[in-house]
Amino acid sequence: MPQFTVGEKVRVLSQWPPSPPIHCRTPYYIRGCSGIIERYCGDFPNPEELAFGRVEPRNLSLYRVRFKQRDLWDSYQGGLSDMIDIEIYENWLEKI
Amino acid sequence: MTETSDHEHLHQYDPGHEHPLQADQDDSITYFKVMEAAVRNLLIEKKLITAEQIREKIEQMDARVPANGAKIIAKSWVDLEFKRKLLANPRKAIAEFGHDIGPLHLIVLENTEKVHNVVVCTLCSCYPRWILGLPPDWYKSREYRSRVVREPREVLQEFGTNISLDREVRVHDSTADMRYLVLPMRPKGSEGMTEDELVPLIGRDAMIGVTEVTV
Repeated sequence: MPQFTVGEKVRVLSQWPPSPPIHCRTPYYIRGCSGIIERYCGDFPNPEELAFGRVEPRNLSLYRVRFKQRDLWDSYQGGLSDMIDIEIYENWLEKI
Repeated sequence: MTETSDHEHLHQYDPGHEHPLQADQDDSITYFKVMEAAVRNLLIEKKLITAEQIREKIEQMDARVPANGAKIIAKSWVDLEFKRKLLANPRKAIAEFGHDIGPLHLIVLENTEKVHNVVVCTLCSCYPRWILGLPPDWYKSREYRSRVVREPREVLQEFGTNISLDREVRVHDSTADMRYLVLPMRPKGSEGMTEDELVPLIGRDAMIGVTEVTV
């Protein structure tokens, strides 16, 4: 069951495990940033286990999280309402 | 000298006038090429698959072209009920066109007067291959992947696309199991056109979101 609901404020964990040896699908530029849950996408096999050929990877809830561009980049030149939506797995998110 | 005789001259043997050879693109045997050949040969040798099946699969993959996506977009412009289905349940809607997207999910992003959508995969090259074919080289380039998330409007401008500041630019980073298809706005001046006439207007780049469709 998904732990977060649409519209909820969340933060991406500010963790920096060395890659390789680990594999994850959380881009560097979004770690430590806060956004809003845009939608719950479903449960999918954990890519961090899948990448190493685990036969039965754990399923994880996947969300699309929406961030304001102005919150991400100090020098952002675009419109105030410009956004970026990113798919983030639940193990990389925390409640604020 | 006419163009024809000049061309013929270039192909005459002239020992004092050597041209450098064009490098072959397939002359390096990399680790992954060796691995692919080894796995393929083993699968064939053990009679798990045949060479013909591999060839057929490559043929199927090559048959996926952006025109498949254009047909979906054109239908959604002329058939509002289809558009509603495409936005609500893309998997079911594109199944009507014979496309099976497997375990992945498709999200259709509708461009409006208020929002312009653009898609990237900053981590690699995730792309809705079943409906658009192989991604263009620039989509996989480090430059596009790193810049479109932090200065999308500048990148769009380089594609000739100017989005006014009062219209939101929404970037979608395709980092995991979703795939994205941009539903561009139907262009002004296309009101009288039929579905078949609309299809050739809709290019690959508009379905990634770096351009808009024009008549």
